[in-house]
Amino acid sequence: MVKRILIGLLALIVLGVLGTFALAWRPAIAPIDRPAASSFPADLVARGEVLAGAGNCASCHSAPDGQAYAGGLGLDSGFGIIYSTNITPDPDTGIGHWSAAAFVRAMHSGVARDGAQLLPAFPYTHFTQVTDDDLKALYAFLMTRTPVKAEEKTNTLPFPLNIRALQAGWKLLFFRKGVFQPTAGKSEEWNRGAYLSEGLGHCAGCHTPRNALGGEKTRAEYAGSTIDGWLAPALTSANPAPLPWTQDDLYAYLRSGVAPLHGAAAGSMFDVVHHGLAKLPDADIHAIAVYFVDRNGSAALADNKSALLVKTIAFAHRDTGDEATDAGAHLYQVACGSCHYNNSELPLPARPELALSSTLTGPDPSNLIHVMLEGIGRDERMPGVYMPGFAKGLSDADVVTLASYLRRSHSEQPAWADLSGAVASARGIKHQDKGNP
Amino acid sequence: MTGFTLNGKPVSVDVADDTPLLWVVRDTIGFKGTKFGCGIGMCGACTVHLDGRAVRSCITPVNAVAGASVVTIEGLDPQGQHPLQKAWVATQTPQCGYCQSGQIMQAATLLKDYPNPSDADIDAVMNGNLCRCMAYARIRKAIKLAAAEMRGASA
Repeated sequence: MVKRILIGLLALIVLGVLGTFALAWRPAIAPIDRPAASSFPADLVARGEVLAGAGNCASCHSAPDGQAYAGGLGLDSGFGIIYSTNITPDPDTGIGHWSAAAFVRAMHSGVARDGAQLLPAFPYTHFTQVTDDDLKALYAFLMTRTPVKAEEKTNTLPFPLNIRALQAGWKLLFFRKGVFQPTAGKSEEWNRGAYLSEGLGHCAGCHTPRNALGGEKTRAEYAGSTIDGWLAPALTSANPAPLPWTQDDLYAYLRSGVAPLHGAAAGSMFDVVHHGLAKLPDADIHAIAVYFVDRNGSAALADNKSALLVKTIAFAHRDTGDEATDAGAHLYQVACGSCHYNNSELPLPARPELALSSTLTGPDPSNLIHVMLEGIGRDERMPGVYMPGFAKGLSDADVVTLASYLRRSHSEQPAWADLSGAVASARGIKHQDKGNP
Repeated sequence: MTGFTLNGKPVSVDVADDTPLLWVVRDTIGFKGTKFGCGIGMCGACTVHLDGRAVRSCITPVNAVAGASVVTIEGLDPQGQHPLQKAWVATQTPQCGYCQSGQIMQAATLLKDYPNPSDADIDAVMNGNLCRCMAYARIRKAIKLAAAEMRGASA
């Protein structure tokens, strides 16, 4: 009897394994000879370049000191390091042998040309929504880049997560294939914004928390998450900014990198704005703003905006404290005031008002600490906005003192817990923003 | 190679990306008016203008200014006759003079933002520029004198 049960169990396991591999199996798509760059019409390539900006492909598919699109950037998935791949048209190490059909399958289904399952660190879960037409343009853009010979780096995923066939199981749980469908009753502009944000833009990749298996929590869409030690804030009504993010604010931020009543894009968002979205026409940036302003519910707060502004600016105008007895006030006056001081009801554009920034009111201090240590990069889209990092000038204890002072003096939020731990981990994780190394 | 504009002229330097702008300005290019004080962004002696805003050059890596416009004390006014420089002389503000180019560059940004600064404005914006000779009272006086001249000039 026991023997029978054991045999039965063994058979089930074997069937399960076979089933998984059967489920995961995808045919290879025949390799092609690399198409000549001249075989792609210039206008298609130009359209693809804009779309590559919308997806900010270069951000993950380029290593800090490597060539664009040649891959090799290590992403800490929480399960192990996953290295981005070479998507230049090099035949041996890139996608030179990929046909348009193979490229579309990878984007829509997360399957490589040779039939291997791709890992969801590559956000095909979003790219599945992109139209074939757009993907063909993106393909034309990538296939006309300079081919770079760059061998794929080996991921450090432990067994059994390194078995690609198991991805088929992950897909059953978390992947819904399908091209974007417009929502009836919403404007064309809203739907354009939704298409860009949910598809190539894959905003939720950072702004939606993930479950234990790395799938986006669909019931907590845009509820905010932590990525590379930075907080990607909630884009819903739970956003911690003191003032509501209006459509104009969102447009200014996504277009120029600065929203005067909020702050400047930093960390990987610096890259998104200045190297990715920078390629998009104004109409697309407006559309993204329209989409998120609807999602964040800020219209409900619009009437309160001026009262909130007065209240918040009052924090900024508080007496900074006695520098002789308050170490935080002293540090603030010496290190921050020369640029961040304002005396008016509205902050001057080149004097970012810290009281208005969600880095001070957010649920954790990591973004504030990262910016103190690493600064904010410079870009011609936001002239006059540049902050050097104070990693050398401020000790860990100084950063704790200053962060705690700013929270206490410039907001009405309760003190952050474990600032020391947050400083230690921020010192350990140096973000890979190419704008301000 | 990192290229930027220094005092209106294009320059290009072949140094490590993370070389402080201050070193490049003083040692690679040779403008010695900008001073090294603390080297960690806490004293203001190295203040220069980056795209028209005061910034501490000792903690600004040179690759951060690629394509930008950098102005040092030598370029603030072609003849060294910026209202702040004249006011500095008129009020005999400097004692040892080590911090003054940083003070003047920071004050120039202050006056751009606040053409008629109060004592509180001056204290808040100038607090990061240390003066070990304690010439703070004269610095404040010089800033107000320059502000008056600039307001008159622009009126």
